[in-house]
Amino acid sequence: MKRIQRTKKTRDFHQAKWNEPIIFELHQPGEKGVELPPVNDKIALAVGDGTSAIPVAMQRRSKPNLPEIGQARVLRHYLRLSQETLGSDFNVEIGQGTCTMKYIPRINELLVRDPKMMELHPLQNEDTVQGMLEIFYKLDLCMREISGMDYFSFQPSSGTQALFAMASIVRKYHEQKDEGDQRDEIITTIFSHPSQAATAAVKGYKIITLHPDENGFPDIEKLKAVVSERTAGFVVANPEDTGIFNPKIKEFTDIVHQAGGLCFYDQANANGLLGITRAKEAGFDMCFFNLHKTFAAPHMCGGPATGALGVTAALKEFLPAPIVDYKEGKYSLQHDLEHSIGKVRSFHGVAQTVLRAYAWIRALGAGGLKEVAKTAVLNNNYMYHKVLAIRGAGAPYVKGHRLEQVRYSWEQLTKETGVTTEDIQLRMTDFGLHYWTSHHPYIVKQPFTLEPTESYSKEDLDEYINALEQISNEAYENPEIVKSAPHTSTIHKIDEQDYLDNPEKWCITWRTYLKKTEAYDLVN
Amino acid sequence: MSQKVHPYIPNMVPEVQAQMLKVIGAKSIMELYSGIPEELQLKEDLKLPPALTEYELRRHIEGILNKNTSAKEYLNFLGAGCWQHFIPAVCDEINQRSEFLTAYAGEPYEDHGRFQALYEYQSLLAELVDMDVVNVPTFDWGQAAATSIRMAARITGRKKVLLAKTVASERMKIIINYGTPELEFEFVQFDTKSGAMDLADLQEKLTEDVAALYFENPSYLGFIEAQGTEISTLLKANETLMVVGVDPISLGVLAPPSHYGADIVCGDLQPLGMHMNFSGGQAGFIASHNDLKVVNEYPSRLFGIVPTVKEGEYGFGDVAYERTSFAQRENGKESVGTQTALWGITAGVYLALLGPNGMQEVGQTIMQNSQYAAQELNQIAGVTGSRLHSSFFKEFIVDFNQTGYSVEQINQELLKKEIFGGKDLSLEFPEFGQSALFCVTEVHTKEDIDQLVQAIKDILAK
Repeated sequence: MKRIQRTKKTRDFHQAKWNEPIIFELHQPGEKGVELPPVNDKIALAVGDGTSAIPVAMQRRSKPNLPEIGQARVLRHYLRLSQETLGSDFNVEIGQGTCTMKYIPRINELLVRDPKMMELHPLQNEDTVQGMLEIFYKLDLCMREISGMDYFSFQPSSGTQALFAMASIVRKYHEQKDEGDQRDEIITTIFSHPSQAATAAVKGYKIITLHPDENGFPDIEKLKAVVSERTAGFVVANPEDTGIFNPKIKEFTDIVHQAGGLCFYDQANANGLLGITRAKEAGFDMCFFNLHKTFAAPHMCGGPATGALGVTAALKEFLPAPIVDYKEGKYSLQHDLEHSIGKVRSFHGVAQTVLRAYAWIRALGAGGLKEVAKTAVLNNNYMYHKVLAIRGAGAPYVKGHRLEQVRYSWEQLTKETGVTTEDIQLRMTDFGLHYWTSHHPYIVKQPFTLEPTESYSKEDLDEYINALEQISNEAYENPEIVKSAPHTSTIHKIDEQDYLDNPEKWCITWRTYLKKTEAYDLVN
Repeated sequence: MSQKVHPYIPNMVPEVQAQMLKVIGAKSIMELYSGIPEELQLKEDLKLPPALTEYELRRHIEGILNKNTSAKEYLNFLGAGCWQHFIPAVCDEINQRSEFLTAYAGEPYEDHGRFQALYEYQSLLAELVDMDVVNVPTFDWGQAAATSIRMAARITGRKKVLLAKTVASERMKIIINYGTPELEFEFVQFDTKSGAMDLADLQEKLTEDVAALYFENPSYLGFIEAQGTEISTLLKANETLMVVGVDPISLGVLAPPSHYGADIVCGDLQPLGMHMNFSGGQAGFIASHNDLKVVNEYPSRLFGIVPTVKEGEYGFGDVAYERTSFAQRENGKESVGTQTALWGITAGVYLALLGPNGMQEVGQTIMQNSQYAAQELNQIAGVTGSRLHSSFFKEFIVDFNQTGYSVEQINQELLKKEIFGGKDLSLEFPEFGQSALFCVTEVHTKEDIDQLVQAIKDILAK
């Protein structure tokens, strides 16, 4: 048998394809998936069937139309669907820029499945959850040190919800000062995450969006022109989605403070900054970290996650309650916060991500966290140099170094070949790689954002770069192969516009699909 | 630290770093940070505890977790928004799969399975609530209720919202924070004997600026609100939308709110396959009819089934993506981001395992067990097993006013007997005095319930 020569630069990959039916199609009357705990005979004797107590109008008359499926088939079905999903454990997940996809340490997954964690009720007596409260408190201490803030809440269960909590604090803060009606504007930047603008709008604010100067830096002159006695707050990501750090950030926060506004920092992209620079020194009043990004909790198909929310001492009383306190050897929940915004999520938030983040920090220590940041930045700048060398690729704005990610552009490639960033997205699938086409609005034309993080080796980075390079070559030489992608996916290209944006045709559930297709069959 | 290569950071290998710096044309990694002004760069290392190896880490964390006493060791009768239910092993197996655990925002082509699993979740839950539209899950019930209410306000163009006074205080706080300052809230009174909504009070408050009424059924206090149809009639006459929060595990036996006129239904998925996790298992759902006016107001992702270019394949994708703040920033419908998708998939697995018969069975067992517990507690002198005289599901108010003990005292004594007693309601609902909300589900055996009853008897006999 000959040794395989690994000369081909891209991977010969084929995504799993099981042609798996929709779960309702597995229905076999009489089958069952699980045996439930039975009711005790004596209980049945004592209370009867139990359901007769339900007022007649409130009784369910027919059983829900769920499928009946044996356990093995249910398991097989979902395992097949899992195989048809390319989680970040399986690919070099560099292409989901702004989301900090990194290695999920397995020891953490093992720890969160400890019954001493999973089987805790949030309202248990504090004496019986001292361990859990200790983990919340110790992570709070770590977060304080990493950010320079004074107190943290782990109640928000995503970055978006942390942004919403921060906007809520801004509103409550100005109301306390009797300036609630006067201060009705929040300023943000176009390269900050869309949730910054959206959550502030939910809180009733008018949004003012700053566009960058010609080098991609948030424009300080534009900020000066818009701050006023109506400014309630300034919310920004730094570095922004471009990977560009605003060096005048302290001047920005000073200007907003002078106008009477609060400054809150989206640190979703903090991976390149750990141990390097902090929210406090940049003049922020609040910040948040996505524990599912920088702190290595898994993204879980889109949550549950955590947006760890930090504030300065002056804003402690505004936090969503409760927060964890430690006094005289005992951890406790502090519910009485004078100006608390109330709650953003029930109880304490997602305790598992809190535990995971604490474990990750403890596995690295201060030196390790700084190595995370430095390596993420090294990896990013290595990719930056390599990607810019690919024909048709570019990166607008300032030349020189970027931090943890770069927003690139295929504008030139599209002009020259007609191949778009969406086409490239589908073709990347053929190599077992995820690639994302980045946030609306598409200020950067034909965008893609790469964030290599510290988790990937040089070989991994080269694999990703090689795939991009091959696709660029294809675009110039044989664009059809890109435009007709994917070729080795579970499915072929979907009919998006005609079905997903058309109320006559969209089917958000199987029952709707059945109704619509049956109606179609009747007509035809 | 920097001398060692950490297992999580492969490119700490010095030779590799040197090669990469050469490509970049930089002398050191710190040179790459030249864009950060000197005065913002930290001069000292962070003060954090030392790094631990995997073995040390495990011992350290397990040591801390061992200070907890879980509901697996003690008998637990706490509910009030987070509930202990039986979790089929297949639910755990699926939600710890690497592919689902670590996937995020992949496209339909590399993440076909994720899209299908979430589409199936929507479809399975749709059958349970008997409605045509279900979203990809939100953060939790409170947020789902808050969003449902905001949707109703946008649909009707009205700003006032009525909330049943029996809504859980946790959720009330979320709803009010989420609705402020845009919406104005007012509370509808209830009959303290039955828990039922005071329809006269509702009618009085039902002015033409009321966008929605929100109530929960089964209520936070456990009772079943039997006046759904009457409430709906009043609301419809005023063109006010009916938003109902529901515990989905009740829907094998209870009529789904769509059967008594609900326009939007929401609730928490945690009972459908999620461990309590100190409240980390919560996830919210929103459901509605397939009414374009309503669908257009969802802020969350809605996955739809679509054909591919090849006949014989199903694909999936985002329905009406332009609604969302992903696409429209501040002009989108509220905001959306990472939510609780994995719990949606897990809830789908749960519903697929239980099927129609299992959902009916589990609902019935919960009713029988909880009725038995209330009945037995009622036998104890001075204790009223169920303070409200309405029928209830899973939770019920136990009245200790005649015992001479406070709930706090009783719960402390129960703790000594390795039992987590019910939630003290004395602050949230002072009208009930010293009463507690107890939760009994399918996980409780007759022995468990008898043990609780005996423990309370012993405490009171002191």
